Amino acid sequence: MSLTDLKKIPYGKTAIELKNISLAFGGVKALTDVSFEVKKGEVFAIIGPNGAGKSSMLNVINGFYKPTSGTINFAGTDRSEMEPELAAKSGIARTFQNIALFKGMSTLDNLMTGRLLKQKKNFLMQALYFGPVAKEEEEHREKVERVIDFLDLQSIRRTPVGSLPYGLQKRVELGRALAMEPEILLLDEPMAGMNVEEKQDMSRFVLTVNNELKTTIVLIEHDMGVVMDISDRIVVLDYGKKIGSGLPKEIRNNKAVIDAYLGVSDN
Amino acid sequence: MIYKETGQYKSSYKSDHAIFPLLQDKIAFSTLMFVAFLIIPFVINSYWEKAILVPFLIFSLAAIGLNILTGYCGQVSLGTGGFMAVGAFSTYKIMTYFPDMNIMIIILISGLITAAVGIIFGLPSLRIKGFYLAVATLASQFFLVWLFNKVPWFYNYSDTGQITVSERTMFGIPVTGAEAPSYATYLFCLVLVVVLSFAAKNLIRSKMGRSWMAIRDMDIAAEIIGVPPLKTKLSAFAISSFYIGVAGALYFAVFLGAIEVTESFDIMTISFPVLFMIIIGGLGSMLGSFLGAAFVVTLPIGLKFLMVDMVGLSAVTAKHFEITIWGLLMIVFLIVEPHGLARLWSIAKEKLRRWPFPY
Repeated sequence: MSLTDLKKIPYGKTAIELKNISLAFGGVKALTDVSFEVKKGEVFAIIGPNGAGKSSMLNVINGFYKPTSGTINFAGTDRSEMEPELAAKSGIARTFQNIALFKGMSTLDNLMTGRLLKQKKNFLMQALYFGPVAKEEEEHREKVERVIDFLDLQSIRRTPVGSLPYGLQKRVELGRALAMEPEILLLDEPMAGMNVEEKQDMSRFVLTVNNELKTTIVLIEHDMGVVMDISDRIVVLDYGKKIGSGLPKEIRNNKAVIDAYLGVSDN
Repeated sequence: MIYKETGQYKSSYKSDHAIFPLLQDKIAFSTLMFVAFLIIPFVINSYWEKAILVPFLIFSLAAIGLNILTGYCGQVSLGTGGFMAVGAFSTYKIMTYFPDMNIMIIILISGLITAAVGIIFGLPSLRIKGFYLAVATLASQFFLVWLFNKVPWFYNYSDTGQITVSERTMFGIPVTGAEAPSYATYLFCLVLVVVLSFAAKNLIRSKMGRSWMAIRDMDIAAEIIGVPPLKTKLSAFAISSFYIGVAGALYFAVFLGAIEVTESFDIMTISFPVLFMIIIGGLGSMLGSFLGAAFVVTLPIGLKFLMVDMVGLSAVTAKHFEITIWGLLMIVFLIVEPHGLARLWSIAKEKLRRWPFPY
């Protein structure tokens, strides 16, 4: 299995293409025949009402769910499913709808876990902790400190994340994903439960990551104002089916999308 | 004011990530090492060796082992006694087959054998968690003790089923057997404990420790960021069992000298007390492993002194009281301070930092 290399794809070309993805849990059809593509370097939003299958879609992309049918074309290679470890190794990072941080560890340690895949020294060397291991540790610490700087997390570096307020936890989780230096960042409702200022901060972080680091962003979000403002392209799901896709202004005027959100009257 | 960190600036990540980042801790640790290596060996007597220091060192090692598995990686284990028995019987068998091998090497090999056994019994941990894993490891405890009891090869077909250590020396001084002087057994254990503790601490503060804690706190997220669950859990089982195996080897070879497996490695004499040590000391804390071991080793001695020598109760009554007090202490600790003595110590440090001001 050759490790697909997202880095080699030029910007604006397809990074991930999902073809006719269906996912069922027993009789429950979470996704039916969904196809879309994510281009490298864009901010791509997945929207839809509750239970539309948005999070399931992200779980399919990073290999946590295995689709019942369909193929995932990942950086030019067709496969029927992803593996979480392969996804992480090829540069896909994600955050979760319900924060999934390591609550007993400090902010710094949480961010350092984002570097685990890139630390190569074996456990005997770690146990002795001599030159090369200490050096490796410092290199990764420096990368993590840059993320801490970027997200303004300096003051909570040593605080166990379990005791942080919700908004900060969301930010630490973004930090952990950024520490992986991902090519593609999957954000599952990064702004849920935030007030306007926090949403603005978060939007700024997302856009900066996209502009400066050229990271491709796949975003699930319920706040339409945010989605319309920051995303380049949007796909809309409803009851596990794709009901629309395109530029924000197309989505805004899409009849099916408006019906899904506002409901249709019978007469 | 006493425990002041103001003015101690860190200018490199290396010094920030040191095991003892504060000057006060460095001084305290150096003093402790000075006393342990250069004073105690000259004043130690047989009572202090057999009753307090050597069991404390051995159980510290076992507690570190269990803390790696339970405290850092979140996999509950009740099989400590069984794994210590593996270490003890490996030592015994290697001793009989290789009479000239150095005792240090024998003990380390015993640790490796225990690590291999630990990996096998850790395999169910991928599928089961929490209580169910505790029961699975309980099975390993009963199975291993049964095995060493039922298969005569392990105890060299002796009539009693006992295994007895033969004399081994380090630098010409016996460290095992009845002739070993107190300072020799003590120093032998101390060197192993200090070296292995540093190794454990280094593992915990680098990649491996962070993988363990990631699996402990949120295994799904850990998998998504690329921590392989099976490999990580098994590595915790292996390294934890290595420490417990070394502790078992020392328990047999250096401390007791002669053991009978059902008695010495019973769940009530080893597995539960070691679990108490890490709960009372502090889950996921190196310091906690030592504090817990010290507490569990010295408490019965203190209680016996109090009840038999001071109050004048009969030894049997005192023993009954002791068991009751144990149960009570466990409940009190779980309710009042679930993070154990290590947490109390960090609260005390916080107070010392501010003293004499209230905040």
